[in-house]
Amino acid sequence: MNNIITSTTAMLLLVVGSYFIGTLLYRKLRSAWVHPVAVGMVLVIATLLLLDIDYETFRQGTAFLDFLLGPTVVALGYLLYEQMAHLRGRETAIFAATLVGGIVGIAGVWGMGLLFGLDETLIASLQPKSATMPIALPLSEQSGGLQSVTAIVVFFTGLTGSLVGPWVLDKCGITHPIARGLALGSASHGIGTSRAIELGALEGAVSGLAIGLTGVTLSLLIALIEWVIG
Amino acid sequence: MIKGISLILLFYFLGSLISHLIGGFIPGSVCGMLLLFIALGMKIVNPESVRNVSLALTRNMAVLFIPAGVGIMAHYGLIAEHWIAIVAITVVVTLLVLVSVGATAQYLNKRFNNNDSDN
Repeated sequence: MNNIITSTTAMLLLVVGSYFIGTLLYRKLRSAWVHPVAVGMVLVIATLLLLDIDYETFRQGTAFLDFLLGPTVVALGYLLYEQMAHLRGRETAIFAATLVGGIVGIAGVWGMGLLFGLDETLIASLQPKSATMPIALPLSEQSGGLQSVTAIVVFFTGLTGSLVGPWVLDKCGITHPIARGLALGSASHGIGTSRAIELGALEGAVSGLAIGLTGVTLSLLIALIEWVIG
Repeated sequence: MIKGISLILLFYFLGSLISHLIGGFIPGSVCGMLLLFIALGMKIVNPESVRNVSLALTRNMAVLFIPAGVGIMAHYGLIAEHWIAIVAITVVVTLLVLVSVGATAQYLNKRFNNNDSDN
């Protein structure tokens, strides 16, 4: 009986089913606070605690989903190619802005992390937080971070940009649609992009482009840091 | 569809190979993404052949984030101990990135594309 409850089938059903319930709830309430990922996580954790299944057993059962993160990142290469059409004639501005964002993000995490006295594990977990989740997770692991901390932080990074991003951009006088879309996608990945799509089609498209560019930029910058301090 | 799946796996494999050869500094999946992007740009791969599988994967990718997030169960103590720092860094750095990217892009766009219709 125990074997069936902790089987791959049961674990996959638990994750996908919880996420599905999350999407139903999201469609009903339409609030960023009931994001399907957050609802799914809470339902999965509650079920695991209730049935007394430990995290290691759960991870073994869901290895297939972890594997799929890889092909998903490769598939982002297609989206990047499609969105490149919006970049023509603006390459310099878009690449420079993405690079500035990557440097500010990593320097910000290191500066504030050292200020708060965080150890290297936590800093490594926070470092890739503006990258899209499937890129942030391997980046965190590779530089000695904890994927679970990264997952939570990446999620809240998305929520922060999506909830207050447009308001902050207004306050700072950033009105250009390309600048706004790029900022939302660079700072808060897919969740920021879904907000950018609400602002306009151009904002949404540029924001989608920023997800892939930021992922590549952070990969290169973190590789550079590893190379320098390693 | 099967052609698309084969191509995605092929690029993932090639990306992992390169990642291994350069000492794992860049994740194999990110290398694979760049390779696919370059292959599409150079017209080595027809975009139509990877379109469906790419959209299927990326549209539903949020479900893949749940297992890693559930790991909070195992590291609850660490997060509970440092939650103020984690929240502060997340909010402040996200907004710093947002404003720095937006300001840089807006400044450069105005400089380079002064005659743009959408400026």
